[in-house]
Amino acid sequence: MSRFNQSGGREMPEMNTSSLPDLIFTILFFFMMVTTMREVTLRVKFEKPVGTQLEKLARKSSTSFIYIGQPTDALRGQFGTAHRIQINDKYAEAPEIYDYVNEERGELAEADKPFYTVSLKVDHHTPMGIITDVKQVLRKAYALKIMYSANKKQ
Amino acid sequence: MGKKRKMPGLNTSSTADISFMLLIFFLVTTSMDTDQGLARTLPKPPEDDQLNNEIKVKERNILNIRINKDNYLLIGDDYSTLEDVKERAKEFIKNADNRPNLPELKPKKIKGLGKTMMVTENHVISVQTDRGTDYGVYFAVQDALVAAYNELRDELAKEEFGYRYEFLTADQQKAIREVYPQKISEAEPKKYGGQQ
Repeated sequence: MSRFNQSGGREMPEMNTSSLPDLIFTILFFFMMVTTMREVTLRVKFEKPVGTQLEKLARKSSTSFIYIGQPTDALRGQFGTAHRIQINDKYAEAPEIYDYVNEERGELAEADKPFYTVSLKVDHHTPMGIITDVKQVLRKAYALKIMYSANKKQ
Repeated sequence: MGKKRKMPGLNTSSTADISFMLLIFFLVTTSMDTDQGLARTLPKPPEDDQLNNEIKVKERNILNIRINKDNYLLIGDDYSTLEDVKERAKEFIKNADNRPNLPELKPKKIKGLGKTMMVTENHVISVQTDRGTDYGVYFAVQDALVAAYNELRDELAKEEFGYRYEFLTADQQKAIREVYPQKISEAEPKKYGGQQ
């Protein structure tokens, strides 16, 4: 009955793991390509409105972001609770957007400039007055394509 | 000259560990979120000499949606709620019964459909807000308006081609868009309550 129980007989052959690094590298490259690192630290907190008819942002590379909302909890003591505009890493007033937009658009390749879009990431409690001001500045700067960023309704 | 020695193979067993670490780094920093939202095109800034030269639009061709600082809605002249926006907008855009208080229907030759259709070509939907209006409400109205257009387009697409709008070819979609062009005005806000 020792047919299945050969002691000291054959050993389990070791698995060949030499292709494991290749496999991992493939996954690694995938993630490297899809990664876009967040360039800004958020200084405002916002809860985007929800909608049902949303479109996807087509070209992320030719898009600038403007964040509007209340200062984050950590900064609230210093800056209060009034809704603020954030561009890059700092708070800004509406007129400063003009320079920001021109600068961002200037960095784009000539072929991408017509597709330049400004994505507005705005808290749903923000009063429209601020957004209106921003929109007027964007018009003046001829950044006419905008996007009201939102979350999909579940 | 002794015996030719064999080059020992490089031990690569730790390559997997190294690449695993890199992989985990990228996994953590990746934000796969594709930004979504409603795309809009703002009107060009007014030239100085054009300031008082606003485009005249017939009153029946405009649907005014006003939101006040307390987030109450006024569609045309009626107090209303967010749920009504879509139906009102659809009724306004289509004007199926050719009513005199809704936008005028004009015959328009649609190449993609090979026939002439009655289209409310000159209609404009204008959303006006107070400075104190919540952005969330404004966005919900905008969303409902887009929904109205999409539903009308879907209906027509099913009638003409038997498929929903999103499944049509680019040319067919263009034809449908000609019948229902999206005309939502992003015009300057007015402060009302006081003078108009």
